Amino acid sequence: MRPRVIPQIAAPRGVVGVLAAGSLALAGCGGSNTVNPAIPAAEAAMAAGDIDCVDGKIQTAGSSAQANAITEWVNVYQTACPQSTIDYQPVGSGAGVEAFLSAQTSFGGTDKPVVDEDLAAAEERCDDNAAMNIPLVGGAIAVAYHLEGVEELTLDPQTLARIFASEITRWDDPTIVALNPAVELPDAAIAQFHRSDSSGTTANFSDYLEAIAPDAWDYDTGKEWTAPGGQGAKGSDQVIASVAQTPNSIGYVELSYILDAINAKPVAIDQGAGPVLPTAENASVTLASSPSTNDDGNIILDIDYTTQVPGAYPISIVTYEIVCSAGLDQGQNPELVSAFLSFAASDSGQALLGEIGYVPLSGDLLDGVRGSVDRVAQGAGR
Amino acid sequence: MSLLTPPRITGSSVRPGDRNFRFITTGAGITVLVVLAAIAAFLIWKSLPALQNNTGNIFTNEQWLPDADPPSWGIAVLIFGTIWTSVIAMAIAVPIGIGTALYITFYAPRRIARTLGFIVDLLAAVPSIIFGLWGLYYFMPEIVPAAQWLSTYLGWLPIFSNDLDLYTKSILIAGFVLAMMILPTVSAISREVFWQVPKGHIEASLALGATRWEMIRMAVLPFSRPGMISAAMLGLGRALGETIAVALILSAVFEINWQITEPGGNSIAANIALKWGEAAGNGRSALIATGMVLFFITLVVNMTARWVVNRRREFSGAN
Repeated sequence: MRPRVIPQIAAPRGVVGVLAAGSLALAGCGGSNTVNPAIPAAEAAMAAGDIDCVDGKIQTAGSSAQANAITEWVNVYQTACPQSTIDYQPVGSGAGVEAFLSAQTSFGGTDKPVVDEDLAAAEERCDDNAAMNIPLVGGAIAVAYHLEGVEELTLDPQTLARIFASEITRWDDPTIVALNPAVELPDAAIAQFHRSDSSGTTANFSDYLEAIAPDAWDYDTGKEWTAPGGQGAKGSDQVIASVAQTPNSIGYVELSYILDAINAKPVAIDQGAGPVLPTAENASVTLASSPSTNDDGNIILDIDYTTQVPGAYPISIVTYEIVCSAGLDQGQNPELVSAFLSFAASDSGQALLGEIGYVPLSGDLLDGVRGSVDRVAQGAGR
Repeated sequence: MSLLTPPRITGSSVRPGDRNFRFITTGAGITVLVVLAAIAAFLIWKSLPALQNNTGNIFTNEQWLPDADPPSWGIAVLIFGTIWTSVIAMAIAVPIGIGTALYITFYAPRRIARTLGFIVDLLAAVPSIIFGLWGLYYFMPEIVPAAQWLSTYLGWLPIFSNDLDLYTKSILIAGFVLAMMILPTVSAISREVFWQVPKGHIEASLALGATRWEMIRMAVLPFSRPGMISAAMLGLGRALGETIAVALILSAVFEINWQITEPGGNSIAANIALKWGEAAGNGRSALIATGMVLFFITLVVNMTARWVVNRRREFSGAN
């Protein structure tokens, strides 16, 4: 049944390197004196003892949702350790897991944890050692709106679900007015944007709506948007651009896209504990307070979308790396895998996430993740 | 014709150069066929799994859930969107393209004709992603008032009505952008065809006192009809298969909607571009199945075009 692995894995190597070189060149154009923007972060991480250099090269692939986070880590790590090369191909979660299971990559990145028969296949791939899902990159989905003169907008989950289900179609709907008594809402149709391409962002957003507003949201969850109405746009970049360009619009995007958006502002979500804005800190609260299972280092987080913890932004996500606890072929450089994961899970590594629109892990969750990373280090004999 | 047929080379008089060249050209011809057959075989082979476990009717199902359990997907929406955008593009591009070609060939002063012809050809060299981005970021906001006007004053025609009061990301806009993309194809081929109208026909009709319009109507258009049809069909081929510009512009929803000013629409090629990256297993297989349908549609369009051209040729006196 399992389809053959897609030959994209064999795509040109060093994409990450090219990207790094590209951003380097751009930084140069900016007139800044800094040659490589990753240098300060690399120096800080070295000083903190969070980077342990291992020479060599690893090939990895997986979720595009965490691609920017991994690229940032790779930039910093490779700047600190010029003898190391880490290639991360953002081919998507499915293809990333396939590539890991067929032993083409040293580890895989995935939006959903690897479970059941896939996990068994992963253990087989790890030479009959345990395979672990390690949540490493937190994220959040922001709901962006564009309303002239409206600086703050609060929605509750029910209203949000009904807007995205096209049941509430006008901004001056009594439900929205009641939630925003101090705001002058226009008598205009809501231009609702969603992703037209298959996307983990859509899957997470509809999972959230289904979990918290099952009465208002009875559409399929998954990577395809199946609710009626609204307009599709390709990628988070097009969604935020469409929202910015279209007055009276609303759409959902990954957190990083709202940070420097023009004309688009984030909706504060009120789940009963007051309105909460999408920020890295607020999403981190949700991740830290969500229940998780830790089965000998295999950590699976069950994000609590219905959270009422004060200051917790509910539409949060986490993406995983699927790794071997031991038994990785020497040719796939288990030492470098371990060193890289240790850096990613370190304070320096996690702090980088917050700067680029991802969500750092914290609390017990981060302790658990470090436990898993230590297991990888033992397996690699470091 | 028979005078031009080269003498058949027989027996021992075959020279190595002739033989080798014949092999090379035959090989080139066969390669094209092999590639085409290989593509068809690949599409059929890869789409079989999804075709077998699809619980919906592939031609009437309006859902796209190939990864659901059980899978349910169909191409009704995609075929509708593909053809509907292309029809609108043709409705805009064919008259303008032929008009441009007529102007360049028969009306424009020589210098302007040359420049204009060059510019139209240049339009064909613009990559489709540029058309897509231009359409999305510049053209779309500009055309919204026109779409509003259409729905306000022509809204009694169902296709122009707009119940949502939203005018972006519509089939109309995609049709306009597609029209611009196929315009150079239609125009350039029509121009070639008009140039081939025998000078004698043109001069004879002018000598008989025909006005320029009468000359075009009676001498040029009948002679050029098969050529214009093939120009339109080639344009249609490009419109049907256009991917990225449509993927950027259309709202890409799975819903059949005739109202061309409302957000909506989808097409086979755009759907593949949008879904491929995150698709795996059955999803990929289903996408390939839609690709196979597009492959056969384009094949049929081209064969129909050939058939029309060949049939018309007998009556037009073009040979």
